[in-house]
Order: sequence, then structure tokens, then C-alpha cells
Amino acid sequence: MRSKRASSETVADGRSATSTPYVRVSAVSKSYDHGDNPALVLRDVTLNIAPGEFISIVGPSGCGKSTLLKCIAGLQPVTSGRIMVKDEHVLAPPDNMAIVFQRDVLLDWRTVLDNVLLMVEFKGLKRRDYEARATQLLTTYGLGDFLHRYPWELSGGMRQRAAICRALVVDPELLLMDEPFGALDAMTRDDLNVELERLWYATRKTLLFITHGIDEAVYLADRVVVMARNPGRIAEIIDIDIPRPRPLSVRQTPQFGKYTSEIRRLFASLGVVRSE
Amino acid sequence: MKWWTQSEYGRTVVFVLLLMVGLWELADRMFGIRTFLLPPPSSVAVEIFNNPGFYGYQSLYTIYITAMGFALAIIFGVGLAIAIVSSKLLDRLLYTLLIASNSVPKVALAPIFVIWLGTGGEPKVAIAALIAVFPIVINTTLGLRAVDPDMVDLARSARAPNHHVMLKIRLPNALPSIFAGAKVGISFALIGAIVGEFVAGERGLGYVILTSQATFNSPRAFAAIILLSVIGTIMFFIDELCERWLLPWHVSQRSAKAAR
Repeated sequence: MRSKRASSETVADGRSATSTPYVRVSAVSKSYDHGDNPALVLRDVTLNIAPGEFISIVGPSGCGKSTLLKCIAGLQPVTSGRIMVKDEHVLAPPDNMAIVFQRDVLLDWRTVLDNVLLMVEFKGLKRRDYEARATQLLTTYGLGDFLHRYPWELSGGMRQRAAICRALVVDPELLLMDEPFGALDAMTRDDLNVELERLWYATRKTLLFITHGIDEAVYLADRVVVMARNPGRIAEIIDIDIPRPRPLSVRQTPQFGKYTSEIRRLFASLGVVRSE
Repeated sequence: MKWWTQSEYGRTVVFVLLLMVGLWELADRMFGIRTFLLPPPSSVAVEIFNNPGFYGYQSLYTIYITAMGFALAIIFGVGLAIAIVSSKLLDRLLYTLLIASNSVPKVALAPIFVIWLGTGGEPKVAIAALIAVFPIVINTTLGLRAVDPDMVDLARSARAPNHHVMLKIRLPNALPSIFAGAKVGISFALIGAIVGEFVAGERGLGYVILTSQATFNSPRAFAAIILLSVIGTIMFFIDELCERWLLPWHVSQRSAKAAR
């Protein structure tokens, strides 16, 4: 097990030193201005993500992990430092990027298929060219019989699957997921974890996955970024050397348990969770 | 009469209305109330059925004024709301102005409109529109603003142009609020039309009420009032039908669809 402590000064490199990082977060700090005392949300965050790498960020609520995602997405400006995606300075949402939010944010007045095609419309592309792809994606995700149903006719898991299809329809290179399965029940969550791992294995998109579930983070990622709060910062980056594809049963292996207990110990030492 | 056997609500409405009319008639006869004070419903009915052409014409005129005023109010109301939501400057400018002018009793402006626009249909349409526009602007603005921030982020993440955010997200999202505003607006437009006809007019149900008061022709005044309430109710339900047709996805419509 290879793990290194990323203090605020040292740079945490991508796993592969040969290829240039797809996402480069360099000494990023972010504060919200609340009059006289600005609140520091992120302090000196440095993180490189290699092309095709799966990164999980795990941390307690209030550690700034969602803010970090929004900064990488170009939806929020950073206070200092800089973020590069594909060698371009992020000042606005970069091209070839899609987000999946915790809530599916499907539009109530559009059918499932029309919701997926919304991204196509937003990008100024022709719906006709993407209808077949959207239908095929939805069918792969078990929504083939629900193409022309409205979101409220779907279960929570089906809705989040539709939201994932919406992100995938324009074939982004970078996929940002902000606690996408946080609102789902445990069984649906396991299903979607397995599906996401397969999807990533097949497509090798650069994937940033935010969660507060330690098991989920370890199961999915190549590297788990552990964040601490007050102020939000990277406490440690842990390499997960579990071979892929990963069946759900890897969660029962001692190797998996070692990773999760290491992260739990880390949180305990950070004062996030009480240790027994 | 399918609805009679199916709709409990419909049966209740008919029963309550019949009961009220019956009590009214009974009271008139029992206490010998003079006709010019409170005409019995029978005499009001006789009045309407003896002059169907007259009442038909006057009603159509008032409906026309109301519909025109309401249409203008929808166009301007939704347009203003979009302007308010689109620009911070317009927001401060227009919204403050709107709130300020909303506190002016708009009926008081009716004579001014007659000075500006003459005594034809225009000032009446203008008053109807002016009164109806407020609930529509305010509800639409609230509806356009009440958008999940993640939805806007979703659009921004795909680099969608601003007018997409408005047309594909904000406006459909605001439709239920627009309809809520329109339901109030349509009743307000009818009030505006009547006020316009009171102030200057030679046609319409408002004018009928005013002239029958001058001659103590109470059955005629009551006939006009009853026709007005019928018109108002029908307009309200037309609005609701449009809502059902346009918003099959909305929460308030789902239970009905699921029950089928």
C-alpha cells in the first residue's frame, strides 16, 4: 500500500508521471466574503488528476469538497491559485465536461428522453444526431421502457440513472460527480456503484467523484483524496491498488478493509469522527 | 348527464346554489320586500329571458373588454417579469416602481384614462389591463426566480446561452406561478372592465347597472350582476382548463392522472 501525506507545501502528483495531468489544481484557496471576516473554505489545495483517472474525494460536510468541484467546473471563481483543465486556465465551465449533482435536477415538464437531450440543446447541437445515442444510453441503464415517461413516474434510482445518461449523452472527457448517490437507499446505491465502475472501466473518462461514504470512495477510485475541514484542505491522498474490474465482493476482502480502516483512523485523528 | 352521477363536487355546487336561490325567493315573498330593494330571483330570471338580445350584447361587450385587458396584462406582465429577472438594473428600477404603483388604488386612475384615451373601448381595456397586470407580474417574477440553483448550474456547465436558461428552465418552471397569477388577474380584469364602464360608457354590463340604478330598475341591475358572476366563474374555469392542458406534469395535476 502506497500512501503519502500531502502537506500543504508538497505537490501531490498524478499517478502516472509520464502523461500530463488532465486536471491541475495548483495552490487553490477559496474564501467567501462575509463582510469583515471572510470565511476560508479551501486552503492551498493542490491536486493533479491524470487523464482517465478515477479520483474520489471523501470528507466531512463543510470540508469544501463541493466547492472544490464547482471551482474545477468553472462555476465558481477561486480566490487564489489556479485550475487548469486540459492545459486551459479554468475561468468559465470548460468544454468536454459534465456534472452529475446530488439531486437529479431533471426537468419535471420533459420526458426522460427529452431531459437527456437537454444537454444536446444547451450545447447548440442537433437533437436528431443524438436521439439514437440517448435512447441507447437509457436502454443500457434499464430505462428503455421509460423514454417517454415523466420524471415523477420514476423511482429515485431511475431518476439518478437518467441524470447520469444526461451527463454522458454529449460524451464528456471529464465527469464531475457531486455526491450523486447520497440521496439513494443503500441497495440502489450499491447497484449504481457497480454500474459506475463498469462505465468508467469501459470508457476511461477522467472522473472526479465526491462522497462522504468511505466504502464507496475506496470501491470506485484509483486514488482517494481525504479532506479535512476548518479550513477545507487535503489531509491525505491514498492510492487504491485493487485490481479492476472490481466486483462488489471486493468490499469483503481484507485489502479493502485495510483501506477503509486507514481512512477512518485518519478521520479520527483529524477529530472528524470519535474513535472507540 | 355524466358529470351529475360522477362529480360529487358538481352536485354539491348545484344543491347549494338552488338552496340559496330558493331562500332568496322565499324571503322576498314571506316578508313582502319591495322589488326595487331586492327583486326576487324569479323577476330577475323573467327580466333576462324577456331581453335575451340585449343582455347577450351587453355581456359580449364586457367579455370582449375583459379578454382584451387580460390578454394585454399577460403579455406585459410576463414580459416585465422576464425583464426584471434578466437584469439587476431593471429589477431595481421596475420592481420598486411596480410595488410603489401597486399601492395606488388603480380604480382612481380610471378618469385619467378617459382623459387620455377617450370614451370608447380603449380606456376600459387599459384599466382592466392595469389592474390585472400586478398579480401576474408579481407571481411570474417569483416563479422565474424560484429555480433550483443546481438547474442553472447544469445549464452553465454545458455553456448554455442565457436565453436557453430563460426559455428552457425558468419560464416552464414559472408556468404554475403564471397560472396562479392569471387566476387572480382574470377576476381583476373583469373588475377593471366594469369600473371602466362605470366611469364612461354607453355599453356593457357595468353601464347597464349604472343606468338601471338611475331608474330604480333593480331587476335589471340584478340581472347584470348575476350575468357578471356567471362570466367571472366561466373565465376562471377556462383558465383552469388551460392549466390542466398545459401542465400535466405539475404536482397539483398528478393525483388526478394517477387515479385514472
